[in-house]
Amino acid sequence: MTGIEGLAERLRRELGRERVITDRQELRTYECDGLAHHKVVPAIAVLARSTAQVAATVRACAEAEVPFVARGSGTGLSGGALPHADGVLVVTAQMRDILDISPADERAVVQPGVINLQLTRATTPAGYYYAPDPSSQQICSIGGNVAENSGGAHCLKYGFTVNHVTGLEVVAPDGSVTRLGGKALDPPGYDLIGAFVGSEGTLGVATEVTVKLTRLPETVRTLLAAFHGVDQAGAATSAIIAAGVVPAAIEMMDALAIEAAEAAVACGYPAGAGAVLIVELDGPAAEVAAQFDEVVRLCSESAAFEIQIAADDAQRALFWKGRKSAFAAVGRISPDYIVQDGVIPRTALPEVLRRIDALAAENGVRVANVFHAGDGNLHPLVLFDDAVPGEAERAETTSGAIIDLCIEYGGSITGEHGVGADKAKYMPRMFGDDDLDTMQLLRCAFDPAGLANPGKIYPTPRLCGERPGRRTAGETADRDGAEVF
Amino acid sequence: MTALDELTRPAGDDDVVGGVPARLVAAPRDTAEASALLAATPGLTVVVRGAGTKLDWGPPPRALDLIIDTHHLSGVVEHAAGDLITIVRAGTPLRSLDLGDQLLALDGPDGATVGGTVATATSGPRRLHYGGVRDLLIGITVVRADGKVAKAGGKVVKNVAGYDLGKLYTGSYGTLGLITECAFRLHPRPKHALFVRAVTPPSDAARIRAAAVAPAAVEIDSASGELAVLLEGTPDGVQERAGLLEKLLKGDISDMSPKWWGVAPWTADGIGVKLSVPLSAVPALAAGPDAVRGSAGTGVLYAAAAGITEVERLRAACVRLGGHAVVLTAPPEVRDILDMWGPTPGLSLMRRIKDQFDPGHRFAPGRFVGGI
Repeated sequence: MTGIEGLAERLRRELGRERVITDRQELRTYECDGLAHHKVVPAIAVLARSTAQVAATVRACAEAEVPFVARGSGTGLSGGALPHADGVLVVTAQMRDILDISPADERAVVQPGVINLQLTRATTPAGYYYAPDPSSQQICSIGGNVAENSGGAHCLKYGFTVNHVTGLEVVAPDGSVTRLGGKALDPPGYDLIGAFVGSEGTLGVATEVTVKLTRLPETVRTLLAAFHGVDQAGAATSAIIAAGVVPAAIEMMDALAIEAAEAAVACGYPAGAGAVLIVELDGPAAEVAAQFDEVVRLCSESAAFEIQIAADDAQRALFWKGRKSAFAAVGRISPDYIVQDGVIPRTALPEVLRRIDALAAENGVRVANVFHAGDGNLHPLVLFDDAVPGEAERAETTSGAIIDLCIEYGGSITGEHGVGADKAKYMPRMFGDDDLDTMQLLRCAFDPAGLANPGKIYPTPRLCGERPGRRTAGETADRDGAEVF
Repeated sequence: MTALDELTRPAGDDDVVGGVPARLVAAPRDTAEASALLAATPGLTVVVRGAGTKLDWGPPPRALDLIIDTHHLSGVVEHAAGDLITIVRAGTPLRSLDLGDQLLALDGPDGATVGGTVATATSGPRRLHYGGVRDLLIGITVVRADGKVAKAGGKVVKNVAGYDLGKLYTGSYGTLGLITECAFRLHPRPKHALFVRAVTPPSDAARIRAAAVAPAAVEIDSASGELAVLLEGTPDGVQERAGLLEKLLKGDISDMSPKWWGVAPWTADGIGVKLSVPLSAVPALAAGPDAVRGSAGTGVLYAAAAGITEVERLRAACVRLGGHAVVLTAPPEVRDILDMWGPTPGLSLMRRIKDQFDPGHRFAPGRFVGGI
């Protein structure tokens, strides 16, 4: 019996046969996440139902020195949940109970498999919602959001997942279970929640999450402004920010993205637009009224040729439908595409878009631009046809060059999708050796054996051996026994 | 002259931390010099000092060879107004930042530096609306115990590339290395602000939440029985919301904060305790025998404790209510017989982090949770 077979047997014994998948055909269901061109079939998949089952699985992996990868709904766009061929995939999608909704505390406690939008729906009757809203919110899980520190269109005003998590139950890579924080803020000690959220499954598995609930705004107002080109739309965005308005969201799409969205969902964006902006304001009616008028004025002054104001929720939903379906919609106009997630300082937007255009022309590919204009988070979609020899390579070259542009302008290689398997190779372009080495000190503290989602984020793993160092007398006296769970 | 002589001077009478005198003091002029200093002084124990406004916070260091003073690591590196960000050196006094019509929404004691504010994760009433240090810090530069310089995050707000070490350094009390530069997210300075003040029970915070008026801060002071709400925004919007709250709370609109607003309730030689509880527990905490002051909007409050009995009573109350109580400062005779930090879930992971980042335990040994 090989090590993997022995591990599978142990997991069947401890968790029950129906929780453990080893059939190669069944395992294919899990061979990729939302980044479908990276595929690896795991050796074992475990469909965990409880913290105890996740802990038992991880402990068994640790003892067998087998790597493990956690997976929620599998909607990630960076290959963060890409399985390890010789490892165990820990699927938390079936842990989908909302354990507590406490409007009086403005908190909810959920299992990691709970779907993002499901939580908002469950809390709306009490006048609350869960603010981080990735475009995949209808299917993505809170556990996956925690791993990726997911953002969304409205994080311009409301922040990312990390700003909304106040408590975690974590299965560390040795299989131990630790509870961090809770409904109260500022637990004593290092901000382990801040360190864990966004660690892409490399520090362990979150098995319970306490999140902030946000009061539903009194008013939401949304407009769609059409411009002849992205320069004017970019200028309008800058003008809105310069006026001291903090919209809930400012989203931009260029002509090619609009074409794709129209073909896919007939969202009714103004004909002939070279760019559209969706601007949403929310808050107390008295605040929103004044600021909304100002936003309309600023869009007009930036040469918007048409401004539609959502009259009701249905029209608002239609504005958003085009935007939120944009990635999938691009499939209508191109057989294949690469999504990038780079970030630039917002003020560099017009210049960077011009250079992306030039790059596309140079490489003979088309690039559709859909992005969170308010915070400079670009989602260039590099279109190609894999059937045409050389096109995939040219698309890859363009995509890499766009990443370099983001770094050149002082931005980031990823704003919300995560580094995962996909962008690990770009990390050394953004960070120096000492930066990456220092980040991995944290990894070594949590996972010295390197079994939690190996190969993700960092292109070169750090060895976590004992390092020489002076020990000061007295510091180990209370090493054990002070732990409180 | 050795590198050590060039970079340090002998300590003076005032170079003391928690009653422990230092031998040497250094005030590096930039990150590179700080790096050289730490590389040249392996084995020397270090406490970082900004303006010293919170140097009495936390237990005293177990040993102290060198104070690294950040007053030369000062000034704004960049303020990109159009991008609503700034990069600031750690020794810069928070109040000295001139950001025009923009705002770095952190409050701290008068004179506190940016680095000290990040290291202790202090925040004031407006955390309710703007978030705390961890929410506003978007990038950080640190010098490690071995002198290596590391950066994490960046200067764009939206960024998930690599571990967010800024979160780890926020509130680490100088135990993981020297912070030299911080990048922050900024907000537009609100055009108008008003306070609504009322003598009303803390449970009214729940009614304010239900009113959806999006307050910037909701503070209570149980000794005076006062509750005060800060509203920020456009002149018309603020006026209208203030009017609504005035009725709701039967209070008064004022453009002045109450005198206790954002002021720590303890005296210079007293015992200062930071309390955090779930929001629904704030009224119960405020109704207890010990006076509390702070945010009914975030559940982070402060108390001046008369003695150890009161500290233990406050801590027991907070723990029972699902929160924590940390003693920030106390006179030596109290400090020495008290567990200032209290119970710390996740302590073994924290020890492993300390061992990785500072294997020789040279940074602020003994100042943090569990003797870290």
